[in-house]
Amino acid sequence: MKPQDEVGQTVPRAVPPVALPPGADPHQVRPYGDTMNDGAVQVSFSLPLPLNDEARETARRLAGKMGLHDILIYHEADLGYGFSFYILYGKCRHTVDYARVVVPKVSTTRMGFEEINAFIRERVGRPLRVVGACIGNDAHTVGIDAILNMKGYAGEYGLERYPMFKVLNLGSQVPSEDLLARAVEFRADAVLVSQVVTQKDIHLTNLAELVDMVEAEGVRERVLMICGGPRITHEVALELGFDAGFGPGTTPTVVASFIVQEFVRRLH
Amino acid sequence: MERKLDLDPAVIERCRRAAAAVADFVIGFARERSTVSIERATLRLMGVGGADAEGVPLVNRVVEAAAARRVLGRGVALSFGAAMAAAGEDATGTARLIASGRVQMTAPTPGEEDAARERAAALAEAGCERILAARRARDGAIGRLGEGERPLLYVIVASGNIFEDTLQAKVAARAGAQVVAVIRSTAQSLLDYIPEGATTEGFGGTYATQENFRIMRAALDEVSEEVGRYVRQCNYASGLCMPEMAALGAVERLDMMLNDALYGILFRDINMQRTLTDQAFSRLISAAGDLTINTGEDNYLTTADPLKAAHTVLASQFINEAVALRCGLPPARIGLGHAMQMDPWMEDMFVLEVAQARMVREVFPEAPIKYMPPTKHMTGNIFRGHVQDALFALASVMTGQGIHLVGMMTEAMHTPHIHDRFLALEATRMVMTAARHLADEVSFRAQGRVQARAREVLAQAAEMLDAVAREGLFAAIEKGWFADVSRSPGGGRGLAGVFRKEPGYWNPVEDRLRAQVIG
Repeated sequence: MKPQDEVGQTVPRAVPPVALPPGADPHQVRPYGDTMNDGAVQVSFSLPLPLNDEARETARRLAGKMGLHDILIYHEADLGYGFSFYILYGKCRHTVDYARVVVPKVSTTRMGFEEINAFIRERVGRPLRVVGACIGNDAHTVGIDAILNMKGYAGEYGLERYPMFKVLNLGSQVPSEDLLARAVEFRADAVLVSQVVTQKDIHLTNLAELVDMVEAEGVRERVLMICGGPRITHEVALELGFDAGFGPGTTPTVVASFIVQEFVRRLH
Repeated sequence: MERKLDLDPAVIERCRRAAAAVADFVIGFARERSTVSIERATLRLMGVGGADAEGVPLVNRVVEAAAARRVLGRGVALSFGAAMAAAGEDATGTARLIASGRVQMTAPTPGEEDAARERAAALAEAGCERILAARRARDGAIGRLGEGERPLLYVIVASGNIFEDTLQAKVAARAGAQVVAVIRSTAQSLLDYIPEGATTEGFGGTYATQENFRIMRAALDEVSEEVGRYVRQCNYASGLCMPEMAALGAVERLDMMLNDALYGILFRDINMQRTLTDQAFSRLISAAGDLTINTGEDNYLTTADPLKAAHTVLASQFINEAVALRCGLPPARIGLGHAMQMDPWMEDMFVLEVAQARMVREVFPEAPIKYMPPTKHMTGNIFRGHVQDALFALASVMTGQGIHLVGMMTEAMHTPHIHDRFLALEATRMVMTAARHLADEVSFRAQGRVQARAREVLAQAAEMLDAVAREGLFAAIEKGWFADVSRSPGGGRGLAGVFRKEPGYWNPVEDRLRAQVIG
């Protein structure tokens, strides 16, 4: 395993870091039910077909096209109005080479409340300024509030409580241009964007637009751009041009640790 | 209702007294004011519909025109009546002429005033008659078909496309749903107008429009006949267009509308003066149309700590009840929202949940409580979540709830897929059928955990309500006493749309509804 000494750096992994169960082949991984490499999978779906023999066979063939064999339909129901529902099991014919899987990660060291404040005091010498918002039509502030509000989340204080963060939480349904304007005016060191509504991938459109705008304004190098939400991963965030992305369950210290360490790294 | 919790009637009475003081303030405050949305709702009930070439609803154009000519303070109806006389057109035709600037919104001269009033009053009468016609149609359908066992099983549809929604709704109704709520597009609560026409795109939900209301009602009427029971439609009288939504809902025979005294203030940052003023008018319409309102306490504890803040839900229920009663809604139409968001992993969670659920039933015996399983603790583990929802279905049926929001195993993942709803309804029906008369057989041990929890929450609610009555509702909200969210009287969206009624303010729709509802 290559060393991960540099903050924010993603390092491809050469060998699996954990011991695998006996008989498991890291180069040909299949689902497991009760026998190694049996490929056991459960699938359920509805079809826009009334329940009959042909519909059942259609469901079975679809499962085959999904890469399953030995397919058994264990349950089916007629939902009415031409719809039917199936629960089926099968064996997956595909394999994946686990040893070659690379997932980009935020690789900062997690610090505590006091540690983060001290770190900023010593290494930056002034409070870091953070602006947060839910952009677009999104009215769900639960994510951004969890990270920024005084009260915080999962027993950790939000960034507003840190003496060494100055926080501006713009709340819900903030147009991207407003967020950008306020971030410039506030001389933000980091911008946090939350996107909870993901229907029809609206979150990706919104986030990509924001990055475009920030770049067009010529301030991209001056701010850390961070996004979060239930369907955000670090990988997606990087693809969209953000510096980091955080998924569900992320606590304030995780985000704060990234901000301070990445900010300091960029000072050098 | 059988009293199983030994709650002290004096404490309940103390809560009602404090809530009454709060509600008297709210209603008094609202009576002195109107809003652009109330005036637009008035125009809608006077028969103005449609939009101009840019898609702006004509009711918005007319109210803007009245505000621009400074005649809105006396209510839009009078100058609109005068404009009709000048235009010689029907309501919508007149509104078109006003929108295009060919007819002005001006105060009538003393000589014109009687004619203007007469026209406006006749339109208001016709609008109120449409509400009554919808009410009679509902009564007729329920009388003929019935609506099945209680609690009513309530599911949501939210595809964004009204035509997909009707399919999903019909499948749900066949699977046992008794109430279908169409969740609105996430942005809609903050729109200061109602979009027009059938819509096929939305985010996290489907736009509420008059046409969408009609399309869903027709689909539910069709499936009602097929399944042999009346299936209710629910939508939202909330957000910046709350009164207009109530008006359209009453005319298009919606049966339930989400309508909360504080929800928009706390969770959508809508200005409190705006929401509380809109609220009173909306509830008057709902009362006239015999709609059931659902209040939004089920969301409070998504932000606040469920164990420590359970009493804030109860306190808000008392306030919602007191405000609704003063708007003419009978207790049987006040569907108080109830979800304690209990952590399913906490020891004795079910014991406390049953205590709280039963407490609300006994405190509000006539209200059809809308009971909701905890959405906050749904994680994407659909298998455990399915069991969790079943557990709460048991709590619901064994405490005699009126409306049961059927939990979805895919909550927190996506708006329900067709089989999510099917499986959730199937499981809920199984639990409720199996435990149908369990409530009759259960009593709670004197001084046991259930009784103690109910008494504790009630006592805390009484303290809180006394404090709210003492401090005033605005101050209590500003201090973050509800849901840990703080809002100020001058903050939030929509304050610019609130105005004080000038001397001589006249609203024939309000007068007519008030005469019907309150007498």
